[in-house]
Amino acid sequence: MAYSEKVVDHYENPRNVGSLDKADPHVGTGLVGAPACGDVMKLQIKVGVDGVIEDAKFKTFGCGSAIASSSLVTEWVKGKTVDEAAKIKNTEIAQHLALPPVKIHCSVLAEDAIKAAIADYRQKAGPAEAAIKKQAS
Amino acid sequence: MTSKAQSGTAGNIKLPIYLDYQATTPLDPRVLDAMMPYMTTKFGNPHSRSHSFGWEAEEGVEAARGQVAALIGADEKEIIFTSGATESNNLAIKGVARFYKDRKDHIVTAVTEHKCVLDTCRHLEQEGFRVTYLPVGTDGLVDLGALDQAVTDKTSIVSIMGVNNEIGVIQPLAEIGKIARAKGAFFHTDCAQAAGKIPLDVKAMNIDLMSISGHKIYGPKGIGALYVGRKPRVRLEPMMSGGGQERGMRSGTLAPMLCAGLGEACRLAKAEMAKDNEKIRFLSKKLYDGVTKRLPEVFLNGHAERRYPGNLNLSFAYVEGESMIMGIKDLAVSSGSACTSASLEPSYVLRSIGVGEELAHTSIRFGIGRFTTEGEVDYAVEEIVKTVQKLRSLSPLWEMAQEGIDIKSIEWAAH
Repeated sequence: MAYSEKVVDHYENPRNVGSLDKADPHVGTGLVGAPACGDVMKLQIKVGVDGVIEDAKFKTFGCGSAIASSSLVTEWVKGKTVDEAAKIKNTEIAQHLALPPVKIHCSVLAEDAIKAAIADYRQKAGPAEAAIKKQAS
Repeated sequence: MTSKAQSGTAGNIKLPIYLDYQATTPLDPRVLDAMMPYMTTKFGNPHSRSHSFGWEAEEGVEAARGQVAALIGADEKEIIFTSGATESNNLAIKGVARFYKDRKDHIVTAVTEHKCVLDTCRHLEQEGFRVTYLPVGTDGLVDLGALDQAVTDKTSIVSIMGVNNEIGVIQPLAEIGKIARAKGAFFHTDCAQAAGKIPLDVKAMNIDLMSISGHKIYGPKGIGALYVGRKPRVRLEPMMSGGGQERGMRSGTLAPMLCAGLGEACRLAKAEMAKDNEKIRFLSKKLYDGVTKRLPEVFLNGHAERRYPGNLNLSFAYVEGESMIMGIKDLAVSSGSACTSASLEPSYVLRSIGVGEELAHTSIRFGIGRFTTEGEVDYAVEEIVKTVQKLRSLSPLWEMAQEGIDIKSIEWAAH
């Protein structure tokens, strides 16, 4: 199995490995996949008062492509607003990492992980976020 | 653009290090020496009867036949050369089942057999044969009571392997042979991984048919053998029609250079089995101890004692196998899971010994053999420990386990 240079780079130097405080109301946590399927991703985002993602962390149990997909996504979401981050598509991840067809599910899982993290954040910070939007408008 | 290991050296260790002896073994240089004359001057067709070119090729083939026979306590007339263990397994099972089909229509095998045995049995089911696939215990061994119950007077053949290719456990061949013989069924054993590695005696073990592979015992690829016993006489329907070579069971011109290679490989395996095994056992223990002393939650798959030590199948909890292989890139190993072959299904062998799917995804098979050195094992231990530590620091499952969360208590969304 040949991995692309980008996959190898993310595998060897994963970005933003770690964990954020799950209890923090500004932190959204996504945990997707299943150990029995050989892939589990935990992706966390920390959102600032302006709705911009300040920090992102991940931990992944899975193949090199799964690790690379989640590592890449943490880089991409930082500095984006929550709404912008929600628009990241698995096809962009797969294309950027040159994933072969058998590894597309890794990029799908990474997209699911951001969506899950955002959903968790929105659920926790729903009222606060709405207030920010109201202020902005 | 690959993560393939760069060839190079580390100290006086040549990289990458080959630790996949169950997949294949390097050719022993002494085997190559035995093969060379048949690739150069002694090029005759061993079936040519009218000149010395044929005679000397035939002499080489027959000497090799004797060497194969000697390894397993057989008579040389009972050895058929084939293209490898897959062909031998096909010929043994299909051949016997079809030959005796008027009287018997039942086959007994085990769920952990090699794919070529299982696939052969599936094929025969389509032809109308009945097949019993015996389960195995968590140690990987067949239950003799269940075997005894499964074999009836309608059973033409019992096929149980000697050493499992994935987990290395040794099946109780002598006991299985006794049961099969008592019930009048032939006993076939796939010994691709066992021949030359553990002592085998077809007479003492009541084995009627045995498959052997050349390239698993430091011989050439493309050749194997099938032992077909004559007392009691085993008959089988050939798969190849032709000139009636190999007692009519396998037509086709033999390849003397490959036969000579298999013969020499068998001779060396017999002469050096004790020495090889002593070294392999030492290195296997060194690898296992080195890893388990420094890493918690590493599990050996298969029976701890009744196993061939050259096969160490380990599960590294919370570390996915494919990422592990990517990390230990200087080590040539195999993943216990089939993930690399595009399927998300973990190995059927690990599943049948009750290894949970989440652990099956973390399994790696380390194969140690005749040419493995102590320095290589030391290097491997360092690589394994370093990679597992790194991947655990990346693993959300490891983190949860450290926090005392039971991973089984979480409702995972299967995908």
